[in-house]
Formats: sequence, C-alpha cells, structure tokens
Amino acid sequence: MLLGVRNITKRYGGLVAVDDVSFDVPAGTITAIIGPNGAGKSTLFHLISGYVPATSGNLTFDGEAIDGLPMHAIARRGVARTFQTTSLFTHLTVLDNAMMGYRMRTRTNVLDALLRTPRARREERTSREAAFEALRFAGIEHLASRIAGAIPQEAQKRLAIAIAVATKPKLILLDEPVAGVTSEETVEHAELIRTMAREGYTICLVEHKMSLVMGLADSIVVLHHGRKIAEGTPAEVSADPAVIDAYLGAATHA
Amino acid sequence: MRRNLWIVAAVIAAVLPLVVPKTFYLQIVASAFITAIAVYGLNVILGYTGLLNLGHAAFFGIGAYAVALLQTKAGWPFWPALLAGCVASVVLGALVGAISLRTRGHYFAIFTAAVGVMIAIVFTNWQELTGGNIGIVNIPSPPPIGPLSFDGDVPKYYLVLVALAIAIAICALVRNSLVGRTFVAIADNEALARAAGIDVARVRLTAFMLSTLLAGFAGGIFAMYNGNLGPDQTGLDVTFEQLLYLVIGGFGTIAGPLVGTLVLVGISHELQGVQQYRFLIFGPLLVLLVRFFPYGLAGAFHRLTARGRA
Amino acid sequence: MHLFFQELFNGLVVGSLYALVALGLALVYGTMQIPNFAHGHLYMLGAYVAFFGVTIAHIGYWPAMLLAVVVLAIVGLLLERFVFRPLARGPEVNVIIAAVGVLFFLQTLAQVAFGGDYRVFPTPYDTVVHFAGLVATQQQLIIIAAAAVLMVGLFWFLKRTLTGATIEAVAQNRAGAALVGIDTNRVSAMVFAISAGLAAAAATLIASISLISPSMGFTVILKAFAIIVLGGMGSVPGAIVGAYILAFAESFAGTYISSNYQDAIAFGVLVLILTFKPTGLFARGT
Repeated sequence: MLLGVRNITKRYGGLVAVDDVSFDVPAGTITAIIGPNGAGKSTLFHLISGYVPATSGNLTFDGEAIDGLPMHAIARRGVARTFQTTSLFTHLTVLDNAMMGYRMRTRTNVLDALLRTPRARREERTSREAAFEALRFAGIEHLASRIAGAIPQEAQKRLAIAIAVATKPKLILLDEPVAGVTSEETVEHAELIRTMAREGYTICLVEHKMSLVMGLADSIVVLHHGRKIAEGTPAEVSADPAVIDAYLGAATHA
Repeated sequence: MRRNLWIVAAVIAAVLPLVVPKTFYLQIVASAFITAIAVYGLNVILGYTGLLNLGHAAFFGIGAYAVALLQTKAGWPFWPALLAGCVASVVLGALVGAISLRTRGHYFAIFTAAVGVMIAIVFTNWQELTGGNIGIVNIPSPPPIGPLSFDGDVPKYYLVLVALAIAIAICALVRNSLVGRTFVAIADNEALARAAGIDVARVRLTAFMLSTLLAGFAGGIFAMYNGNLGPDQTGLDVTFEQLLYLVIGGFGTIAGPLVGTLVLVGISHELQGVQQYRFLIFGPLLVLLVRFFPYGLAGAFHRLTARGRA
Repeated sequence: MHLFFQELFNGLVVGSLYALVALGLALVYGTMQIPNFAHGHLYMLGAYVAFFGVTIAHIGYWPAMLLAVVVLAIVGLLLERFVFRPLARGPEVNVIIAAVGVLFFLQTLAQVAFGGDYRVFPTPYDTVVHFAGLVATQQQLIIIAAAAVLMVGLFWFLKRTLTGATIEAVAQNRAGAALVGIDTNRVSAMVFAISAGLAAAAATLIASISLISPSMGFTVILKAFAIIVLGGMGSVPGAIVGAYILAFAESFAGTYISSNYQDAIAFGVLVLILTFKPTGLFARGT
C-alpha cells in the first residue's frame, strides 16, 4: 500500500468539501478519482499533497504518516502533483522548469554558488541531465530553451508532467490532466500516463471525463458531494446504480 | 556580446580617474557606485524573489554605522570593521527576515517599512552612540595593504570600484546558479515550487539575508568613502529612491541596478537645475514601467526573444 | 491629574486627524487591496490647495477646505483611473512601486511649484479657550468637531445610502459584486475620490495647528498604515479606533516617557502586531 487515505475530512466553515473519505492506492497502479463537478476531487488532492490542511483524518505514505506535514515535506517523501489549471514557472525556460523539479534532490547553497564549488558544478550537471530526461519522457525535449509561458497549451501540460517526473517521485497526482485539450491530444496524453505507470510510477488522477478513465485506470474512486459513493474496477463502478444516479442527476441539474 | 559590454564598462571605469578633469566628478561616480551596490541588494529580494523590502536603507545604515562606530569608538581598523558590518546586517537581516517573511502580500512591505523607520529613529535618537542628527565624523581611511595606500580620492575610488565588482559578481554568480533560479521560480509560482519540494520559506530567507548583506556592505563602503555619516542615509525615502533606480534600470537584470543608478545620479548632477525637476519625469516613468513591463525589463526581454524564436 | 486631562485632550485632537487620514487609506485598502503609499502626499497636496485658497484667493477658511476636498477628489479619480486600475492584473508589488512613483511626482511638484520651506497656515480660529481647567484653541475644538461630523457623515453614507451599500458590497466580495451587476470600476473611482477628499479635509484642519511642507506626507503615511494594521486592515471603524488609540499612546508617551521615541510607538505597535499575527488583526476569511 503506497498511499493510505483514512477518514479524511475538510470543512470550510459550514461547507463540507470532503467528507470522511477513505481509500488506498496500491503501488504500481493507476487510480482514478472521478465525480461530477464540485464533488471535492481537487480538494482531496490538495489534502493529500498538503496544499491545504485536512480538518480531520489520516494520511499515510510509504508506511509513514504524512498528514500535517507542509507541502514541500510531502513532496520530498515522493509525492508529486500537477495542478488543474496548468501551473508552470512561466518566466523560466522549459529546461529550468524541469530543473526546478529536480531541485529538491540537490543541496547547492549560496556559498556553493559564489565559490563555484565542485558540488555546485556537479549538481548543475546532474540537474540538467535529470531535467532533460524528464523532458524527453514527456516528449518536449525540443522545446528546452523556450520560455515556458510561450509554448503551446498542450506542451505546457506535458511540461507540468515533466516537472513532476523530474522530482523522481513514487506517486504522481494528476489533477485533470486532459482538461482543455483536443480529443486527439487526449489519446496521446492517455498514452503518456500509461507509459508513466509502466515506468513504475504510481498514478492517482482526478478526472471529469469518464471516457478517459475507463480505459486507463486499474481502480476508480467515485466522489459525490464530498463523499465516496463507490469504489472498484471500471466495470464495477460503471455498473453501480449510485454512480449512474450521481452522474445523471448532475447532468439533469446542469 | 554582453560579456564584451561588461569588459568595455570595466575598462572605462578603470581609466576614469586618469581622464576626469576634476575629482568632484570622480566623487559623484564613486557615490553612484556605492548606491548601486545597495540597489543590487534590493534587486536580489525584489527583482529575483518578488518581495519588496522597504526597510532596505536601514540595513545600509546598520553596515555603515557598524563600520563607523567600530573605527571611531572601538579603534578597529577598517577591514575587520567592514567584515563586522556585513555580519551585523546579515544577522539582523536573518532576524527581521524570519519574522517579516511570515507575513503575506502587502503586509511584508508595510512591516519592513516600519522596521526600517524604527531603525532610522534609533540612529537619530541614540545620541550618545550615533551622534544623533549630526552623525559620526572623521571616520578614518582604511589602513594600507602592503604598498597599497587608501588615502586620497583616487585610491578610494578604486576601492569602491572593486567593491562594486564584487557585488556584481555575487549577483551574477547567484543568479546563474541553481540557487538564483530557485529565487526566480518561487516568485513566479510559489504553489508549484512547494509542490516540487522546495522549502519556500527557507529560500526566501536566504534571498533576504543576501540582500541585506549587500545593503550592509554598501553601507560600510559608504562610511569609509564619505568619512562621515548621518541618519538621513537610512530612511524610507532613501529606500524609495533606490527602488526608483532599480525599476528604471530594469529589475531582475544583472546590469539594471548599475545602469539605473548611474543614469539617474548622472542626470541629476550633470544637467544643472535638473535635479530639482527629475522626479517630475521619473515618478510618472515609474508608473508607466510597471504598467507596461509588469514583470520588469528582464521579463519583457525574455518574452520578446521567446516570441522571436516561436 | 490636570496634566493627564490635558494630554487626553491633545490625544483627542491628534486622534481626530489621524482618523481622517487613516480612514481614507483603510477605505482604499478595504475595497481594492491597494496599500496607497502616496496617500500621505495627497494629504500634503490638500494642505497646499487650502493654503493658497486662504492666502492667495482669499476665499476664507471653510471655502478653502471645500476647494481642497474637491481638487483632491479629482486627483483621486485620476489616480485610480490612470495609475492603479491598469495594474490590477500584474504582480502585487507593482501597486506599491507605482504609488512610490506618484509620491515622488507629487513631492517634487510641491517643491518646484510651492518651494521647499515650511509655511504657516493662517487660521481665523486662534483664540485660546479655557474650560474645565484645560487650555485649548478654537481650532483644536473645531478639529474634534469637524472630524466627528465627517466620520458620522461617512458612516451614514456607507450604511444608509445605496451608493454606500455598493461600496460595502465591493469591499466584501469584489467578484460577487461584479456578478450582481455592480460597476466595480466606478466604485473604485468613487472610493479613491472619497479617500483623497478626506485626506484634504484632514490636511486643512491640521495645517492650521502645524506647519506645511512638501515632505509632510512622509511621517503621516506610515502612521496611517500602523493605524489600519491596528484596526484590522481595511476596516473603517477599526481605523477610527486605531487612530485614537495611537494618538492617546503617543500623547502620554511623549509626556511621561520620552518625546524622542514618541514617533516610534506607531511603528513598534505595527511590528508587534505583525510579529504575533502575521495575517494582521481581524484578518478576513481563512
């Protein structure tokens, strides 16, 4: 069990965004978290990654409790994430973006930088290599010298994944990885996610589009109004009356 | 190309004492260089990390008063006093940074402004130590190093020039290293930096301390060069003026602090009568610059070149 | 004991002035999250307009105050429209940088146009009044009364008029206000005009018990920030309470402790609050 989520709850004043949710993410699998808009999916990711603290509940990662840790400390234990609205260092080059992903694996400090110590030079080299590797993995190596804010949208999504990969994580949380991309690009992204899983990364993704998830995920957790209403294989979940209700209900209300 | 420009600038600066007709001009240039060192410090915190420390001039004051007092009251020679001045401003920088960086958004600027003004009030009112508004006079020249003597305008000018070169080298080395890129990255996207495992609070404190180090260093050099010192060098208006030089020169760039300071100081001294009017032009220019180059001239340059390659 | 009441009275005078300056700053921060570092210089400009109204145009004290309020309200409108509104989308430090540009411009303008020396503002109300053993000038009593009238008027405007309600709505939730059809730009412009107008009124009141100079905005601005931090950044009642607390503290510290560090109290208070409450007192939301 790589990630264990136990009875996690997040309240904003009187509003319960995530309500007593528990599930497990076994190592080497793709787990999808789905649900209608406003189901609490992104909030759940914010809780797991430490972006916002949970009101109650426990999180374990790799056998250790991670709840209450600051976001960067959770990242250092091997949890990488992307954001729903593609989040990049827009004024840095694509290569530097990926190098920032690897930054937490390096120890260069101001003195190293000023004295150009062997460590500074060695880590500059290793970061560059790690960054190029991540860019190659995401298929955007050719854009390395471009400014991240100026590359096409689809490449930006790949770059967000490259930054996550460059941290050398065990678990990658992908928040709506195909939001706003065309259907052909969706297929390519699904392939990229599959490759990530084959390379040994454990994936947990939040997705609104059922179609992408069905062919991709090993197991699915369904949220509705912040609560878990179903869990299982894609086949099990898609036959679950509660899930059908939630989606149809959301559709008729919308 | 850019390297060549720096070499040309260095050569001009080096031969300047041989060609300027009056030491008065040399003094103006040296004063501008000293201010530029402080502006380099402001560039580290604002230009790289995106945080506006409005108490910057107070840290300049800490370095300056430390150097002046250790020499005049404790009888220290200049060199250890300069080192102590730098240490003092970094230690205070660590303390103020650790507290002020917990605040968010505009509170940071307001908090640092208040700390800066408090420090300036202490400089003004602790008469027995600082000499109040009169300040400290007769700060001795640095003792010679071997055959190098530092008496007179020309040797002091070269000392200031070396100090400026050190400040520029510090900024360039840091900016191009992993550390400098991390500064810029957290200013660009703090949430992503955290998600990538970067301890943002620690990085910010590092930047803050580096920026106060440069401010204190500039202050120490100022005390040495001027030979006297008063609290008027440490107030909020001084920080505002340094901010003006930085933004007009282009924040976030390596050349910006030097260019901005030289141009503005040069204009005010060179054109008779302009000094009084200069802010009528530069005030509105500041407004226009942040409006049309919201991420600094460096950001605009990046975007232009990126578009060119697209 | 007599001294105590005299200090209390002095605190009341100074507090009234602080309140008028801080109110404008709080109003602008509350509705737009703009820390207007040039606010003190608007106040300075207001003092000069009133000064010339009295000494050159000879229009009398109260018409001169009205003139200063109107001129500064227009300056406020222009600042909002041409300086601050276009910056809404950039990094937030840019707002402060722009304010610094405005401040340099105004200070230099005053220096060039009016000269750098201190000027004495002639007041028609310099008669000394004795009551209950206290000494006061008519002007001081006018300050307390005028500030009270302005504050009550502002409250009435914010709480009892439709226009005031739209300002409150924008202050509470800008995006939400825009959604229900409130023209948020118009509200911002109005708030800037009110803020600058209040500063001009405060300046006309204080100028007659103090001196005016192009740099008079510098001291006042940081104190005003200390006050609104004390009062909970952006809260109008908070700014008023904060202003009187600071004025009383300064007044008593100046008499009983040391006048050298009187000015440091404001900054000490600010630093202490933000040290222990980094998000400010009474921070909104979570």
